[in-house]
Amino acid sequence: MSIKVFIPRDTVSLAHNGEKVSQIIQAEASIRNIDINIIRNGSRGLCWLEPMIEIETSQGRIAYGPVEVSDIPALFDQGMLDGTEQHTLYLGKTEDIPYLKNQQRLTFSRAGIIDPVSLSDYQAHDGFKGLTRAIELISSTNSGQMIVDEVKLSGLRGRGGAAFPTGIKWQTVHDCSPTQKYIVCNADEGDSGTFADRLVMEADPFMLIEGMIIAGLAVGATRGYIYLRSEYPVAHTILNEAISGAYATNFLGNNIQGSKHTFHLEVRLGAEAYICGEETSLLESLEGKRGLVRFKPPLPAIEGLFGQPTVVNNVLSLAAIPYILACGGQAYADFGMGRSRGTLPFQLAGNLKYGGLVELAFGTTLRDIIEKFGGGSASKRPMRAIQVGGPLGAYLPESQWDTQLDYEAFSAIGAVLGHGGIVVFDDTVDMVEQARFSMEFCVAESCGKCTPCRIGSTRGVEVIDKITTSTDSTALNAYLELLDDLCETMIHGSLCAMGGMTPIPVQSALKYFPEDLPQIKGFLISPTQQQR
Amino acid sequence: MKNSSQHDSTWDVDLIEKTIKSLKDKPGALLPILHAIQSVCGYIPKDTISLIAKALNQTSAEIHGVISFYHYFRTSPSGNHSIQVCRGEACQARGSRALETYVKGKLKINYHEKTPDGEFDLTAVYCLGNCARGPSIRVGDDIIGSVDKNKFNQIINTLTTFVVELN
Repeated sequence: MSIKVFIPRDTVSLAHNGEKVSQIIQAEASIRNIDINIIRNGSRGLCWLEPMIEIETSQGRIAYGPVEVSDIPALFDQGMLDGTEQHTLYLGKTEDIPYLKNQQRLTFSRAGIIDPVSLSDYQAHDGFKGLTRAIELISSTNSGQMIVDEVKLSGLRGRGGAAFPTGIKWQTVHDCSPTQKYIVCNADEGDSGTFADRLVMEADPFMLIEGMIIAGLAVGATRGYIYLRSEYPVAHTILNEAISGAYATNFLGNNIQGSKHTFHLEVRLGAEAYICGEETSLLESLEGKRGLVRFKPPLPAIEGLFGQPTVVNNVLSLAAIPYILACGGQAYADFGMGRSRGTLPFQLAGNLKYGGLVELAFGTTLRDIIEKFGGGSASKRPMRAIQVGGPLGAYLPESQWDTQLDYEAFSAIGAVLGHGGIVVFDDTVDMVEQARFSMEFCVAESCGKCTPCRIGSTRGVEVIDKITTSTDSTALNAYLELLDDLCETMIHGSLCAMGGMTPIPVQSALKYFPEDLPQIKGFLISPTQQQR
Repeated sequence: MKNSSQHDSTWDVDLIEKTIKSLKDKPGALLPILHAIQSVCGYIPKDTISLIAKALNQTSAEIHGVISFYHYFRTSPSGNHSIQVCRGEACQARGSRALETYVKGKLKINYHEKTPDGEFDLTAVYCLGNCARGPSIRVGDDIIGSVDKNKFNQIINTLTTFVVELN
């Protein structure tokens, strides 16, 4: 009987020679006359161990990683295929690796375990149970209301960053009179330091497809689009393979699984525009236009894609749906704290020894997650700043690392959880440079529709440059005040979160790390600086 | 961008027209059409804009407006290899600022430029989703992680060595 060898085909594995590793393992096995069956699974999310190879043994799956091409002959010589612990890359039973064992994986329960494009694998691991229940609910009442109720009960809030209750959004679309409605999946995961959406699409794409079909049933939409960023070529390939598989087996198309329900799904590629992660800009882009942000109202739920009622949900929100339907909204709501129910997949990134995906219920502290999972900085230097929630999130100094990871707790300190990205910087970081970068990023990515964002960001870069080159304390104080004033204008005057939140990283960087400002004799942090 | 495509034989009018025709009836067809043309030609030739406009019943100005909005679309030919360096914060925290400077120096070009031999062009990208194992670069459709100076040199050497075979 052939030995099953799992070699991930996700971006991180491929970015570290995963394809070559797979080819050489196959070649090495052929030379040695050993019958192996390579399965290209998704990643478990232990990024620092990729490519992480797993061998199926009678004791369960045994992991080795990170494997480089040059390690392969020795791995074979030292009994990798028997799952022995001789080789230094031996990690033991995969499920016993503490990083995985200490998580609460609901959304990512299948990630890395299954072949992402194998429908039978998906079904063998509880796949489509949520859809089956959703079809039952809708058949017994002839309405999607009970599905919407289940999502409301779960307390699920939009995982894209804005944290709007998903059930309420669905209710709005459900309540619109019957017409062509749409389900749009926002897979424009542009926040630096985030990769959970990518992992869903590369490790368990049927879960996203199932979530979208259920959403379609709930609100009466027959057509869906996944708006995927073009920076994710691997996810694009895998999603398309999964979608054609779902069509071939009648999970997509007309009369899904013999029911009277229809759902069609297509992937549309973005074209490198961060702003298209904003839902109305995304809709414009899907319609084939410049990705300019729309005024709200009307809400997309009422007038969205092509002017029709549209659910726009993040990948993680839709990916949480199959579990909620299969196990019940209450089972999901039992995780979490306060108004933040369920789990959030945190993404540990930047200068950390053990970067990867950590799915936990809300409520753990930032320090806990960094210490228990992150393993300290990759550079072995002291950690200094942590940016949570992407490029529009605050830079947090160590004094704030005990904050609980919860939407409200973060909001209380002027920060955001966003999409759950956690980027760690060591003590070599220059926080004034980071503040400048935030403004520069806004210059590059602003859609240009509103003035505070379009012009404000350019002025922001200029003022920060003047701050950096200030030589006397009066000028420095004046520029800092000017920057503050500019930030206030952007916060209050911008049309969307791009201009409205860019000041968050800028102001937090300068407020909490004033020692990075030019060291000028006689310069004291001004009263307005202190107040913030 | 100068219009130099009058004698441009790098693209095939019939193929482009066929591509546009196959996609034009999709709802919101413009981005799929632009992606298809760029993947065939490596860029969006100026003269294709009027073909697209005609098929979609829009003006050339509208099509141009969409092309210029998105960083991904380009209206001049790319190098043999398109290199993108990730400028996201997570890569910065792992040394991408130094890598960025090194890459520009090594290739002797800035962002949005092409090497004189047409071998490489360079652009910035904001996040490739490899945030725990940066700095990351993208070469064509390949994303490469943990890139330092040595690894970058190796990548460049391999690409210039193999380019003859690829052609």
